[in-house]
Amino acid sequence: MSAVDRSRLPLPGPNPGFTFPVAGRQRLPSGLSLRTVERHGLPMVSLALLLPAGSALDPDERPGLASMTADMLDEGSGDRSAIEMQEALARIGAELDTETGPDSVVLSLSLLERFVPQGLQLLSDIVVSPRLGAPDFERVRTLRANRIRQLRDVPGVNAEAVFARALYGPHPYGHLPIGSGASLARMDVDDVGGFHGEQYNPSRATLIAVGAMDSARFARHAEEAFGAWQRGAAGAIAPPGPAGAAGGGPAAPAPARRLLIVDRPGAAQTELRVGHLGEPRRTADFHALVLLNAVLGGHFSSRLNLNLRERKGYTYGVRSAFDFRTMAGPFSVQTSVRTDATADAVAEILGELRGIGGARPASEDERSLSVATLTKGYPRNFETAGQIASGLAQLALYELPDDTFEVFAPRIEALTAGDITRAARAHLHPDRAIVVAVGDCARIRRGLEAAGLGDADVVAADL
Amino acid sequence: MRGVSQYDARERQYTLKAITVPTPGLDIPFRKQVLDNGLQVVVHEDHSCPIVAVNVWYHVGSKNEVPGRTGFAHLFEHLMFEGSAHHDSGYFEPLQQAGGTLNGSTNSDRTNYWEVVPANALELALWMESDRMGFLLPALTEEKFANQREVVLNERRQSYENRPYGMASLALTEALFPEGHPYRWATIGSPDDLRAATAEDVRAFFRRYYHPANASLAIAGDVDPERALALAAAYFGEIPAGEPPAALPSAPASAVPSRRVIEDRVELPRLYLGWLSPPMYAAGDAELDLLADVLATGKASRLYRSLVYERRIAADVAASQGSRELGSSFQIAATAVPGIGLSVIEAAIHEEVARVRAAEMTADELARTLALTETAFVSRLQTVGGFGGKSDQLNSYNVFLGDPGYFTQDLERYRQADGGSIRAAAAASLDAARCVTLSVVPAGQQGLAAPDSEAVVIT
Repeated sequence: MSAVDRSRLPLPGPNPGFTFPVAGRQRLPSGLSLRTVERHGLPMVSLALLLPAGSALDPDERPGLASMTADMLDEGSGDRSAIEMQEALARIGAELDTETGPDSVVLSLSLLERFVPQGLQLLSDIVVSPRLGAPDFERVRTLRANRIRQLRDVPGVNAEAVFARALYGPHPYGHLPIGSGASLARMDVDDVGGFHGEQYNPSRATLIAVGAMDSARFARHAEEAFGAWQRGAAGAIAPPGPAGAAGGGPAAPAPARRLLIVDRPGAAQTELRVGHLGEPRRTADFHALVLLNAVLGGHFSSRLNLNLRERKGYTYGVRSAFDFRTMAGPFSVQTSVRTDATADAVAEILGELRGIGGARPASEDERSLSVATLTKGYPRNFETAGQIASGLAQLALYELPDDTFEVFAPRIEALTAGDITRAARAHLHPDRAIVVAVGDCARIRRGLEAAGLGDADVVAADL
Repeated sequence: MRGVSQYDARERQYTLKAITVPTPGLDIPFRKQVLDNGLQVVVHEDHSCPIVAVNVWYHVGSKNEVPGRTGFAHLFEHLMFEGSAHHDSGYFEPLQQAGGTLNGSTNSDRTNYWEVVPANALELALWMESDRMGFLLPALTEEKFANQREVVLNERRQSYENRPYGMASLALTEALFPEGHPYRWATIGSPDDLRAATAEDVRAFFRRYYHPANASLAIAGDVDPERALALAAAYFGEIPAGEPPAALPSAPASAVPSRRVIEDRVELPRLYLGWLSPPMYAAGDAELDLLADVLATGKASRLYRSLVYERRIAADVAASQGSRELGSSFQIAATAVPGIGLSVIEAAIHEEVARVRAAEMTADELARTLALTETAFVSRLQTVGGFGGKSDQLNSYNVFLGDPGYFTQDLERYRQADGGSIRAAAAASLDAARCVTLSVVPAGQQGLAAPDSEAVVIT
């Protein structure tokens, strides 16, 4: 081959085609939904069980109950103690991953194909018939209390907790799934049993399998394992939408001040959250907001990172995100910055939020870079069985159509720079953004107050 | 009774072998070629997703740094993303424009860089990787250097200084490895050294370590191997060969056991125990990796069960064999619950360690840890790129062992381990008299530390 041309970057050839996975759907007599994608190659299967029983369903006086309940699931079932349950999982090479978010609980197992029948049976024992016994409850409660003690020293967790409370007040999204030490102390084992009985209902659950197993065989094994799961009472009452959101519920009182500081004397950096209420997952503006966020702060070459990291050197990294949920989730900019650059960093962040809907709209180059990043790289998100299972869980949770993956790229590509500006004007609100700073109050307060944010409230996260 | 239990153990052993032998998919076919300038090129074909991973390893890490310039290998890595002679601006933008993603990392032994791009952008990724391998320095400016030094200082603050227990790994590293050992400092380095580094240091480091004879290129994914090898030869072949760096002198054998305490902004004290252990891939390395699982992975593990589940003196426990090229370290950490001092934790951990040194684990424990290991092993093969994906793994085997196709033998190391070899590895490495002990306690509460600990300050 002749000498290469270094005068210009080589242009990529035609885009490779890609067929997005479409799940096969079945429903067991109990009401449990099955979604499957067959992928042959490696002898692996990823299982995920989705329940819309996340922390937004925590009772008012029991923040953290959904997560506590999820934590208790693998603490024994029938004759099996917590230890024996763990041993049984390990014998088939499985580690259970339990994730509680605001909208859902997802239990995942990644298995060698030959262990799927046993894996399904164990998953059923865990979800359908957990012991939820008092001695295990007390032990797990103490562990969680100690976990919360440790989280109190994590700057990012403090920032998230204060930010959620400031945005949502008493609304179900106003607390972190972990809850608080005070709430944990009030809980008892009956709360957990009650939550499980009410919310863990097969007719609302979805069991997902992706990997080297055909759908009919999977359905047979699923029926064997989960066939006895009884329909519970239709317990769940969807919580109201947050104040100020489309179709929202009662207005939460706006926080009296927009600048909130958690004091961490001598902190090495300031942890920041800047943002406000965003939009739900099913918003008609979903694709416009994804593209807007990409230009603003969704990837390495976004405005925020190029400015705060690559030009100013304030931070190791900064990102922004619309957290799309069942109801309107938060929009936030997240970063951790040098203490003496705190006020400047906040001013730059607010400047970027203003600029993109105002004096510095997205350029054609920026639009095209972000469109390319989002669309040409999209197939990469469907490489592993676990990635596909998570994608399917999102479709099930938000009741999105089967062609959601297929239409993603064309919808993003159809957006113009003008659409980005319109989305920024409609959905970014720099002048009422909440600023949460976790850092050395004595060194950052004055600068932040002088940056036009008004007086600070110095608060505690109350974890 | 004795006869019965032995029979039982053999039965389980037999079952175990029967279930773990046939795992299809572990054979990762590859082509390997060495260019005239010494660059090793490895190509693996996998058409399951229309993407391709490009992964470059340089056999240089923080172990190659000199005192006074700790943290430099990692700072250098940052500069590799800031532009090269023929593309003198950020490396992210053109690759993102093609739908790619990219990153890099530095540890004590190696520095890696990778891109995962749509299959149609392989040439772009090779163009860019080759340009920074061959032509980085003309694009280096004082301004880029100063900016990335600030970024790295912020990385240090975020990932170590401002994180609970974040300074423990730095303190433990210093306690484990004696003066003069290349692992004595953490890869992130010291802030003073980072501030003292100069652009001239960058030039010298580049000339010494960043050239084809000290690198390995892996390409994995939706490619035609012939074309990939030809493209690699075209783009990298013109880069002048460099002098392979001399191997580091063999490291001093053992650390002086020490007992240290640092204060941190934490509510619960945590104890770290560390031992020097056999290097990566050496006899005993896989055994200690399995032992770490048996001790602390999952609720049924020995330490969890004893300290957390039954005695309830610890809030959490972790163990790991940190495998490295020149020598590894085996570490155990446990956080005490309120009201429990670290002396209690220390005694409880040593009790369990003494048990695994004295007697073999059960066949069921061995079967469980092997099943977990095998699942994790196969699971990693699902992805061609990124940290730990197939391209990264091909390079790891190639750089450390000279054999990119070591996958099956690597898993075999674990399958060959048994109760006897694991006990022997524990007995050889985990001697209480050679243990380094570090207590991390809340500010002003040194009384919670393990007894006779010397207070140290890590900045």
